[in-house]
Amino acid sequence: MWELISQNKRRSFMLFVVMGAILLTLGYLIGAAYLPPDGGVFGILLAAIVWGIMSAVSYFNGDSVMLKIAGATEITREVHPQLYNVVEEMKIAGSLPRVPKVYIIDSSAPNAFATGRKAENASIAVTSGLLTKMNRDELQGVVAHETGHILNRDILFITFAGVMLGTIVIVSDIFLRGMRFGGSRRFGSSKSKNGGQGAAIMLIVALVFAILAPIMAQLLYFAISRRREYLADATAVRLTRYPEGLASALEKIAASTEDMPRMNKAIAPLFIANPVKAAGARMSNLTSTHPPITERIAILRSIAGGIGYLNYQQAFAKTKGNNAHLLPKSALEEKDVPSPRTASADVTTGDSPIATKRDINDLLRAVNGFLFMTCSCGLKMKIPPDFGKESIKCPRCNQVNKIPTTELVAASAVLEGIGASNRKDAGGEEAVYHRQTKGWESFKCICGRAIQLSPAFAGESIKCSNCGRVTQVR
Amino acid sequence: MLIILVLLVLIVVVAAWLIGLYNGLVGLRNAVKNAWAQIDVQLKRRHDLIPNLVETAKGYVKHERETLENITNARSRAMGADSVGEKAKAESALSGAISKFMLVVENYPDLKANQNFLALQEELTSTENKIAFSRQAYNDQVMLYNNKIQMFPSNIVAGMFNFQPSEFFEIENEAERQTPKVDFS
Repeated sequence: MWELISQNKRRSFMLFVVMGAILLTLGYLIGAAYLPPDGGVFGILLAAIVWGIMSAVSYFNGDSVMLKIAGATEITREVHPQLYNVVEEMKIAGSLPRVPKVYIIDSSAPNAFATGRKAENASIAVTSGLLTKMNRDELQGVVAHETGHILNRDILFITFAGVMLGTIVIVSDIFLRGMRFGGSRRFGSSKSKNGGQGAAIMLIVALVFAILAPIMAQLLYFAISRRREYLADATAVRLTRYPEGLASALEKIAASTEDMPRMNKAIAPLFIANPVKAAGARMSNLTSTHPPITERIAILRSIAGGIGYLNYQQAFAKTKGNNAHLLPKSALEEKDVPSPRTASADVTTGDSPIATKRDINDLLRAVNGFLFMTCSCGLKMKIPPDFGKESIKCPRCNQVNKIPTTELVAASAVLEGIGASNRKDAGGEEAVYHRQTKGWESFKCICGRAIQLSPAFAGESIKCSNCGRVTQVR
Repeated sequence: MLIILVLLVLIVVVAAWLIGLYNGLVGLRNAVKNAWAQIDVQLKRRHDLIPNLVETAKGYVKHERETLENITNARSRAMGADSVGEKAKAESALSGAISKFMLVVENYPDLKANQNFLALQEELTSTENKIAFSRQAYNDQVMLYNNKIQMFPSNIVAGMFNFQPSEFFEIENEAERQTPKVDFS
């Protein structure tokens, strides 16, 4: 595993050098074209400053920005126990220092990504579409692929390379726009004939470079990010010991036609499959952020004999049809490679897929702050977070239901000892909520904050995230 | 004078080197212990889940009393095991008993529709996976440690301070396939 990281580090470094050179050249040419005598230095400085600021922002806030763009919401274990379990399994398999934070994105397109600059503060986000479509082994495959990105230090690379690419794109874009509106006037007003000619040449060179630079940078960036997808696949196989899980997950992802319209190409390499499929399909292999999904499946399916990196390398070479070289030699000298495991017993809810879809929709509503209430006539009501009123009329039986709150009960003597510490901060009283159904349920804490109880909730008390008060659930 | 000085420097260097080797061995031994603790956490979790599973399933699978008893017995045997080898054997027998039960469950749609049971089944599946993954991590660690103990020059230090090689957590295929035989009298 370490060989992979060091190889990745070398390649990342090379990429940064080349991309940095492109960026600074661009800055120089633009500066030289606008301010003929010695504007080049000024241009370089400007480009470096823009890049520095963007890098700093993405280093410290990259993950939260990314999660925000994707519209991801953090979930707890109770919201989706299976997803949480799978993430924990991969944490153990990959010996990560901490369990990554788990996020859900409200999108029917099956996809997933990982973010966070270090393994210590990594996050994994999956779409609700992924949760409805995948079985346990497939979900594990997808999470393992994302864990592979975390282990191989791809996230830091993609963040920084993405920022560099973004800077190049922005700088040349500003220049080209400026050219369209004011460039010719500025050029015409130059007085000295000689200087004008020099500036004109400079201008043309800058123009050509400004058009070419983003393309060059993109090709470079995408070439390396494609390679990393294969590496993450290889790591996923190593972690799960079950290539078929990831293969059939990719198959299902390829079969879906939904797009994630809010995503763009700069952050696409973080996803397991290109989130903007329609655009990717039309373009050639060169400008794609991900290797063709069919090829990834073919490699995974032709892995034979074991689940080590060597086996993946062999399958890779076989599918590519030449001596394609993916992994460094030292990573391949691995003894005692474990053999693949068998499929795990599939834990499905046994219901129809429609029922699972409803479960996932409820889950998303809960995550988005909806309130759940069951009327005495049995109708389940889902109340949007901006509803605003304290009570709601049941649309079926017209009964007015109040949003339940906790009851304050004097602490009973039975709880002496065990509940002593809880009681103290509640001032001799404890808040109690009596559960009504086994499904999603909501109630208001004394401070007014709504608390969601998931169907998987099995504890005896819950802590309010707003005021910190512990409510007993009976 | 010079000879004494050279000798002194030599002694200091050798001592530092030996201390380094010794500390390295201790570090590895602790890593093995830590990896073992990780497996133990998951094994305990499984032991905790089983009574719940049996309790939930009992009402539905009246004709599978034997299968359930097998699980319960394998569990208590695994909890009583002492050495690593013994434990591995007992735990894999328990794995076998559980997976046999999971096959049986397919014939009981009512049980499969029980929300409580489904939650337990997910927890058990995940715990089985976690056991497998942490076992792999443990064995990797043991190999590193044992290699160090047996290879020159660290084997000298290991012999001096009595570092014992650790046992691998091996799953015997036979044990995994076999379910323990239990008398009902």
